[in-house]
Amino acid sequence: MIEALRKAYDGELSLTGKEIIQQLMDNAEIASLEKVPMCQDTGYAVVFVELGQDVHIEGGLLEDAINEGVRRGYTEGYLRKSIVGHPLERVNTGDNTPAVIHIKLVPGEQIKIIVAPKGGGSENMSAIKMLKPAEGVEGVRKFILDTVRAAGPNPCPPIIVGVGIGGTMEKAALIAKEALLRPAGMPNPRPEIAKLESEFLNDVNALGIGPQGLGGIYTALAVHVEIYPAHIASLPVAVNINCHASRHREAIL
Amino acid sequence: MITKIKLTTPLSDEVVEKLRIGQKVLLNGVLYTGRDAAHKKMIELLDNGESLPVELKGQIIYYVGPSPAKPGRVIGSAGPTTSGRMDAYVPRLLALGLKGMIGKGKRTPEVIKAMKQYKAIYFAAVGGAAALISKCIKEAEVVAYPELGPEAIHRLVVEDFPAIVVNDTLGGDLYDEGTKIYAAK
Repeated sequence: MIEALRKAYDGELSLTGKEIIQQLMDNAEIASLEKVPMCQDTGYAVVFVELGQDVHIEGGLLEDAINEGVRRGYTEGYLRKSIVGHPLERVNTGDNTPAVIHIKLVPGEQIKIIVAPKGGGSENMSAIKMLKPAEGVEGVRKFILDTVRAAGPNPCPPIIVGVGIGGTMEKAALIAKEALLRPAGMPNPRPEIAKLESEFLNDVNALGIGPQGLGGIYTALAVHVEIYPAHIASLPVAVNINCHASRHREAIL
Repeated sequence: MITKIKLTTPLSDEVVEKLRIGQKVLLNGVLYTGRDAAHKKMIELLDNGESLPVELKGQIIYYVGPSPAKPGRVIGSAGPTTSGRMDAYVPRLLALGLKGMIGKGKRTPEVIKAMKQYKAIYFAAVGGAAALISKCIKEAEVVAYPELGPEAIHRLVVEDFPAIVVNDTLGGDLYDEGTKIYAAK
C-alpha cells in the first residue's frame, strides 16, 4: 500500500493532492512506529475463514472463538468499538462484536483466517445494481463511474475499488469484497479482466476527484475486478470501495 | 509551500467572513467533537426547548469518534468522519452561532446555504490521517453523553490542527472547484 501511495505521490499533478498523500504516508509511519491505529475507524471486523474440510474443531464453536478474538483484539488493542447491536435501536455492543464471518470449505487440514476490518465511511459509498445483460461492459463501466463519482470525497480517496461482476446479488457483493483482499494493484490472473481493471482505473482517475476529493488525478490507487458465472437473465455488478487504509492480516492454523 | 492561516477559537464573524475556499488553516484552541448520535440528542433537546450541554456560540464542531487512548496518551487516533450524515441537523446549530465544522466529504445545498446565511465555515481535515492529527490534540475530556462511547461529546484543546476551507460564507465549494480542474475534458 505504501508503494502504491509513493507512486501516486510521484504522479499526482495537484500540489494539495501531493501534500495530502505525503500526510497519509507520514500518518502510516506514525501509526506503525507508535503502534496506534492509522484511522480512528478501526472498522467492522470482517473475517474470511478458509476451513480445510479435514479439520475437526473441538471444545467450542468456531464463531464464538472468532468473536472472542475480536472482543480481545479491540479491547486490549485500544481499537474503537464501532458496532451497534440493533440497526434501528443503535446501542453500542461495547466490544466491537459480532464479526461478519464468511466461511469457505476448502481441501486440506488447515484453517486460514483473514481479518479485513472495514471502515464505515468507505463501506457506505458502496453500491450494487442488477444490470441487463445487454448493457455489457459499458454498463459495468458506467455503474462503476457513477458510484465513484457519487462517493466523491466521502470514502477518503485515494481509494481501492473492488468490483464483483456476475453470480447472484449476494455473490456479486461478496466477490467485490474479496477483490479488495488482493494487494493494491495486483492484477486479476485472467488477462481479459486485468485489461478491464487497467481501463477502469484510467476511467476512474479521469473523474478528477483526486486525493480527499479536492481535485487531482489519483482518485483510485487500483481497481480490482472478480467475476463469477451469471444467470442468462442477469448481469449483477457490485462496487465495494475501500479507503487507502486497506488493513488485512492473515494467519494459518 | 502555501502559507497557512492561524485561527484561534472562538471565531468571530469578521474572521470567518475573510476565509475563502482552498485556504489552508491551522486551528488552535477548543474544538467540540460530535457525530451522529450526539447531534440527534442535541436536536432532541432543542425540540424540547432545553439548552445544549455545551455553548456552541463561536465554536467549531469536529466530526470525529476517536479510538480509545492508550495509557499515557491524551487521545487515540482521531481523524474526521463523513460530514454528510450530520447535514440534517446542522442548520439549527448554525442558527445558534456555531461558526465552524470539521469533517470530510460534501455538504448538502441546504447546509451550504445556511453557512452563507449564518456566516460559518466548513473545513476538511485529511480523512485517514488519524494518527498524525491526534498529535495536535493536547487535551481531551468527555463533556456530554459519556454513554455514547466514541460518539460522546469531547472538549479538545488543539494546537495547529491542519485543515482546509471547503465551503466559505460566499457559498463556494472546493470539492466542486478542485474536481473541475482535474476532470478529463
